Amino acid sequence: MFDPAGHYRLSPRVGLRPEPFGALAYHFDTRRLVFLKSTDLVDLVEALDGHESAAAAIDAVAPARRRSFEAALESLLESGVVEAA
Amino acid sequence: MTATVPHTPPLVEQLKEGLDAPICLTWELTYACNLACVHCLSSSGRRDPKELTTAEAKSVVDQLAALQVFYVNMGGGEPMLRKDFFEIVEYSVANNVGVKFSTNGTYLDADAARRLASMNYLDVQISLDGMDAATNDAVRGEGSWAASRRAMDNLAAADFGEFKISIVCTRHNVDQLDEYKAMADDYGAQLRITRLRPSGRGVDSYHDLRLTNPQQRQVFDWILGHPDVLTGDSFFHLNALNSGPDATGESLPGMNMCGAGRIVCLIDPIGDVYACPFVIHDEFLAGNIRDEGGFAKVWRESELFTELRQPQSAGACASCGSYDACQGGCMATKFFTGLPLDGPDPDCVHGHADEALAQIDLGSGPRPSQDHSRPGIAPGTTVPVSLTRKR
Repeated sequence: MFDPAGHYRLSPRVGLRPEPFGALAYHFDTRRLVFLKSTDLVDLVEALDGHESAAAAIDAVAPARRRSFEAALESLLESGVVEAA
Repeated sequence: MTATVPHTPPLVEQLKEGLDAPICLTWELTYACNLACVHCLSSSGRRDPKELTTAEAKSVVDQLAALQVFYVNMGGGEPMLRKDFFEIVEYSVANNVGVKFSTNGTYLDADAARRLASMNYLDVQISLDGMDAATNDAVRGEGSWAASRRAMDNLAAADFGEFKISIVCTRHNVDQLDEYKAMADDYGAQLRITRLRPSGRGVDSYHDLRLTNPQQRQVFDWILGHPDVLTGDSFFHLNALNSGPDATGESLPGMNMCGAGRIVCLIDPIGDVYACPFVIHDEFLAGNIRDEGGFAKVWRESELFTELRQPQSAGACASCGSYDACQGGCMATKFFTGLPLDGPDPDCVHGHADEALAQIDLGSGPRPSQDHSRPGIAPGTTVPVSLTRKR
């Protein structure tokens, strides 16, 4: 369950490939392909590990989009693209 | 499954404009094959003297790794006939380019199964086109059913885990899908069903093997009822069934688009790059990985791929209410049946291609640009191939 106060990171089992629309994320264990549909979201995912909480990472990247980013992180956590650090 | 944020144009529209590199691609390692399947997409049989060397194959892997292509679908011909098969696979996996390879299973003995089971990032797909030997061997050649089942047994005995069983759906095996599913479940395997195309030797067998229109609905319903079965999105033309009088409004999972030259492509055994595995024909040849600039330049700059990334005309399908759902179907299937690319798919579920198709003489459509079939070997016949494999 995603917790905005938790510390997360991009899973080391995931390849992240920048694309014009954002990025493709491929999980080498589950073979799942996930689309990150904005460059902001990619920035956020990459910033997660450097912040003590997901909320702090969102503050640093684009606080105005907190609600949609929290929903996106919840989905990325569920698919294993991000994980608890 | 997908993380969404508002205010972005539909992803599929962006994907149609192409990506910096393919999401995945098919790489046929050799044209050599011990089988002569009647629907072989690549008309395989004999090795081509110009096939990539081991060093060139490793260079392909290096290029794909640099582009962050996450995985390749290796096939052939029979890829395990290459003496350096394991060397290429192990090199690829070690460089974070995952491998899914497709085999007829003949050479997947107990030793090979154990070696494959020890590797990460590797998926194995065994082809089987009939639940019983008679149905399968009529298409893939005598003894091929037994060889596939032996390979599955070897993988299971080696604790490979979840391998894949791949079926090309034909009018003869479509009623066996439930039995297939039960077999896959017994093995702890994953089932993958794909669409028959009139490509390669399929040019000559397509009209005898293709699904009837009622069978197409049967497959559509079956896929909807079995969401854990893989399809490679190959049945997206059936989404036209989600509109019309007796439609339920359900669509098949997947991206519902043709990825040729946009998100996928094919590298053939001699390094030629085609828009997709089903269009081995000069008209869909984008370049060769031996050309200056290698694969990346072909992918990003070739005239053909640039053209495929432009908005496509709906042509004769523009007035059909199902166009958004089916996107006009499969380019390769239209091409090799002799139909215009901006018209309906020959398997249009609404029958919109029937009239045009009836006016084309069978066998008068375009032929594949290359044919590596063994001379004197009738399609559907197995031939003994001696091999000296590296261990």
